[in-house]
Amino acid sequence: MNPTDTSKEYGEYVKKKAPNSPILKDCFNAFWVGGLICSIGQLIFFYCKFKGLDQTASSTVVSICLILISVILTSLNIFNRIGKFAGAGSLIPITGFANSIVSPSIEYKSEGYVMGVGAKMFTVAGPVLVYGISASVIIGIIACLFI
Amino acid sequence: MKKIGKQTLQLDNKPSILNTAAIVGPKELDGPLAKYFDKCVEDEFWGESSWEKAESKFIKETINTVLGKANISSTDVDYVFAGDLLNQCISSCFGLRDSNIPFFGLFGACSTFVEGLCLGSVFMDSGACNHILCATSSHFCSAEKQFRFPLELGNQRTPTSQWTVTGSGAVILGKNNVGPYITHITPGKIVDLGIKDANNMGAAMAPAALSTLCTHFEDTGRTPDYYDAIITGDLGHLGKDILIDIAKNKGYDIAKNYNDCGVLIFDKKKQDTHSGGSGCACIATVFSGYLYKLMTENKIKKLLLIATGALTNSTTAQQGESIPGIAHAVSIEM
Repeated sequence: MNPTDTSKEYGEYVKKKAPNSPILKDCFNAFWVGGLICSIGQLIFFYCKFKGLDQTASSTVVSICLILISVILTSLNIFNRIGKFAGAGSLIPITGFANSIVSPSIEYKSEGYVMGVGAKMFTVAGPVLVYGISASVIIGIIACLFI
Repeated sequence: MKKIGKQTLQLDNKPSILNTAAIVGPKELDGPLAKYFDKCVEDEFWGESSWEKAESKFIKETINTVLGKANISSTDVDYVFAGDLLNQCISSCFGLRDSNIPFFGLFGACSTFVEGLCLGSVFMDSGACNHILCATSSHFCSAEKQFRFPLELGNQRTPTSQWTVTGSGAVILGKNNVGPYITHITPGKIVDLGIKDANNMGAAMAPAALSTLCTHFEDTGRTPDYYDAIITGDLGHLGKDILIDIAKNKGYDIAKNYNDCGVLIFDKKKQDTHSGGSGCACIATVFSGYLYKLMTENKIKKLLLIATGALTNSTTAQQGESIPGIAHAVSIEM
């Protein structure tokens, strides 16, 4: 059989031939880096409580601190290296969200502050915001009606 | 010049490759071919304020270098054929806007370098021209920005993804009694076997390379053994393996003398470039820097150079279109 005879056969042939991502290694690195980021957040949270802030204020301070750290590391060209190593581990926490907004801002600065930074800032994070906010509105309405 | 077979042109007034030049970026400087390039630039911006400006500078400086090496003034160049990956070929347009050379802007994705050589050879064969310049460029950062994600984004690349070569290669064709000469050109057809993964260009382009390779052999009556080296543009590690496989199925055993520029330019293990190099500058810099030197030293006497291109853009990819491939071949002989 010749794999280039039809698209279907070729697709199957390429699928077999192509190397797979190292799933186990990726999962392991994502697990411990993601866990480490969350533990850092938890430490900041305990510190805030210790200093006398209430539950809500402490949570807000944690988010602000993690976003700040992520923004600084992105600007220093360090976050992408962590992301390359940890994958979803650094992407899923709020650090990944901050990185996804700052990175296009840096990239598109050459097109100016309006059409560059302003317009392109949400090219990566935009879909997360749109569907995240939409989902929260829908769940809010359901909660309002039935609970 | 006459047409032989289905797609090949056999050139009578064979243009000679008078000289070549290649300038590359920092990643290529760390690669195994660094010593063959005319210049390696350590700063990806090359002192400019944007990636796009830097890429234009790459092609501009490479053209100046090749003209200097061949000792030819820009006023003695009849036409230039140039192209790149950025929208509307802006790197080539801006890089050449002050050159005062009549300009053809080409797009054949990563196959543009050999597309330029094909067209330039036909112009030379007409007898009306003395010097033709062919050049292409690509830049890792400008290509990532246009086709993929911002550089600072913390994501992971798949094992089949390739690394766009930063740099530019240029060739000057002329009338000379010294080789290497371009003897045959085989422009390729668009071939699409339905690969949709934009991170697997090698697999998308390999069937196009196969089509051009087989057609070249059928048209010229040559076999793989005729050539000292058969070199493709940027199929990368996976694409190279696929081409060896599917060529064998068609009855052509190329494993002995075949390699790919995307495989040659980077050290896969040390440089973490996954499936290898890609981009218009991949074959342009490897040929202009490395292969041309091997030819002038008589280490390669007969070379089949096949540039491969993936004819896609970010819009068609998002709309779920597959990735059509193309490959153009030139036969270069001493």
